[in-house]
Amino acid sequence: MQWFNAVVQGLLLGGLYALFATGLSLMFGVMRIVNLAHGDLAVVASFLALALVGGTGLPLWVVIVVTVPLFAVLGYLTQRVLLQGSLSSGPLATLLVTFGLSIVLQNVLLEIFSADTRTLDGGSFATSSFQLAGSVTVGWLPLVTFLLACAVLAGIQVFLTRTGLGRMLRASSDDRETANLVGADSRHVYGVATAIAFATVALAGLMFAVRSSFDPATGPSRLIFAFEAVVIGGLGSLWGTLLGGIVLGVTQSLGSQIDPAMTLLAGHLVFLAVLAFRPQGLLAGRTT
Amino acid sequence: MSLSQLLTERAAAAVDVRRAARTSKASGGALLAVVVLLAALPYVVFSDITDTLVNFYVLVALASMWNLLAGFGGLVSVGQQAFVGIGAYSVIALADLGVQPYLAVPLAALTCVVFAVPTSWLAFRLRGDYFAVGTWVIAEVYRLLVVRVDALGGASGKGLAGLSGLDPALRGALTYWVALALTLATVGGCYLLLRGRVGLSLMAVRDEETAASAAGIDVTRAKRIVYLVSAAGTGAAGGVITISSLSVNPDAIFNVQWSAYMIFIVVIGGIGFVEGPLLGAVVFFALQQLLADYGSWYLVLLGAVGIAAARWLPGGLWGLVRDRTGLSLFPVGYYVRDPGHAR
Repeated sequence: MQWFNAVVQGLLLGGLYALFATGLSLMFGVMRIVNLAHGDLAVVASFLALALVGGTGLPLWVVIVVTVPLFAVLGYLTQRVLLQGSLSSGPLATLLVTFGLSIVLQNVLLEIFSADTRTLDGGSFATSSFQLAGSVTVGWLPLVTFLLACAVLAGIQVFLTRTGLGRMLRASSDDRETANLVGADSRHVYGVATAIAFATVALAGLMFAVRSSFDPATGPSRLIFAFEAVVIGGLGSLWGTLLGGIVLGVTQSLGSQIDPAMTLLAGHLVFLAVLAFRPQGLLAGRTT
Repeated sequence: MSLSQLLTERAAAAVDVRRAARTSKASGGALLAVVVLLAALPYVVFSDITDTLVNFYVLVALASMWNLLAGFGGLVSVGQQAFVGIGAYSVIALADLGVQPYLAVPLAALTCVVFAVPTSWLAFRLRGDYFAVGTWVIAEVYRLLVVRVDALGGASGKGLAGLSGLDPALRGALTYWVALALTLATVGGCYLLLRGRVGLSLMAVRDEETAASAAGIDVTRAKRIVYLVSAAGTGAAGGVITISSLSVNPDAIFNVQWSAYMIFIVVIGGIGFVEGPLLGAVVFFALQQLLADYGSWYLVLLGAVGIAAARWLPGGLWGLVRDRTGLSLFPVGYYVRDPGHAR
């Protein structure tokens, strides 16, 4: 029963990893950008929410409703101002730009908020749970997070396959120049992709913040989780990312069941095993 | 004589191919003088200056190794701290076994090569950008594994044995010379490696992998050589960090900060130039010392400068210098001139 519990908790955690990894997957799939500041953006969202809740006393759900669209706008601007120009200079330039951004964000947070570990108080909802079966209790927050992750992934999938802009996005991802010829404005399309990525990162960052503690240096380890979820699941496949997140979550949860010090290592080892034996990922998809 | 040979020879006879710079003889002499001067420093100045310079040399060595990897091999790694850590821990472990710590530094380079071989098998499966984060994950795995070994001090780290008997002044001087030797070996090693056949194939691979492969270059082999050499140099630098700080902490030594330092030094100095890391390390070091009283703001500034350099100055500062003056201390490229219009 203990093991079953670990699997259930890992599954729910995996949903959050998937939600968080979506942005990374999307930005790579569409623009071939690996955003090394991905984890730090989530932490920025956490601190922003902390400051908003502390400063204005607004309820958490209002803060979430404000933060997520704000990040979408920030994402659009970041792409147009910072990333678009470096795209033409090759992959090295974008990698360096996002890495620089990561260092800047971490250290600005460190200077403003100090290195103290914080948590975002989610109220009674964050700690309440219900009995699933026997000794297995499921927290409402992880469950809602999981469902939210599935909903967001489904939403993005519908957006990519059913709407005009989504089709433009996929076309630009396949072949930017040809897409431009038939009327796509790849710069705008890329901006939209980054906006979606940033919005999901902010949402995931807020969920992380309610679930577990964070400090300015948490970002890189979060980035690694997202990256592992994407690679385990398979590059360029949204549902692969969900599967990858779940595999990662369950592995970490089972690892911590064996020995709490094994949590991270177990996840990394599964990642390396996938890399060694199935480098295309579990669900190898076409590009987004 | 085959047709291709005939064509190649004709083409070769029609142009004049030579090393990039004319100034290298004079600058070589100047460099030698600088090295002799630096080697004599422990007799001349107080130990606080040489101790500071040890940190500077380590940065130059680390950055040179990253430059070799990314600037010439096209392998952008954010996981070089794996080898900083393995090198540092190798020195600790070898000293525990009774090896003289200074002699353990070159052995640490060797240990890193041993670890780098299986690491490269895994990491080379990731293409391009994903290589960066993949190497980072591998570095994390090494950290988590080292923390689990009680003989290496677990999560709290361990002190270095075998140097306590030495006179502090002598120890400082020896550490300084080892660090200087490390820098000379890494910078010189890069230069010699890149002048040769490996360097030529590396630059071909970096510029156009498919074409290089079509021209008969074993791409994976070239990349693996550069990865192993870089691991060795980075590991030796990790060893020098240990003999200079006399202890090692897993979180600090396996920190991604090391990669951040390497990357920013190289990007600001000029990626793809042997001179770049030297110039970048000077700028980095100056920033670090100037802003020492302002907490981590120097990293914010460094990140911003790094972004700006990557965005608007792809050749870095050395690229700027070279474009203006044509100066090249370590020429590794060739110029092709038409002899009809020679100079």
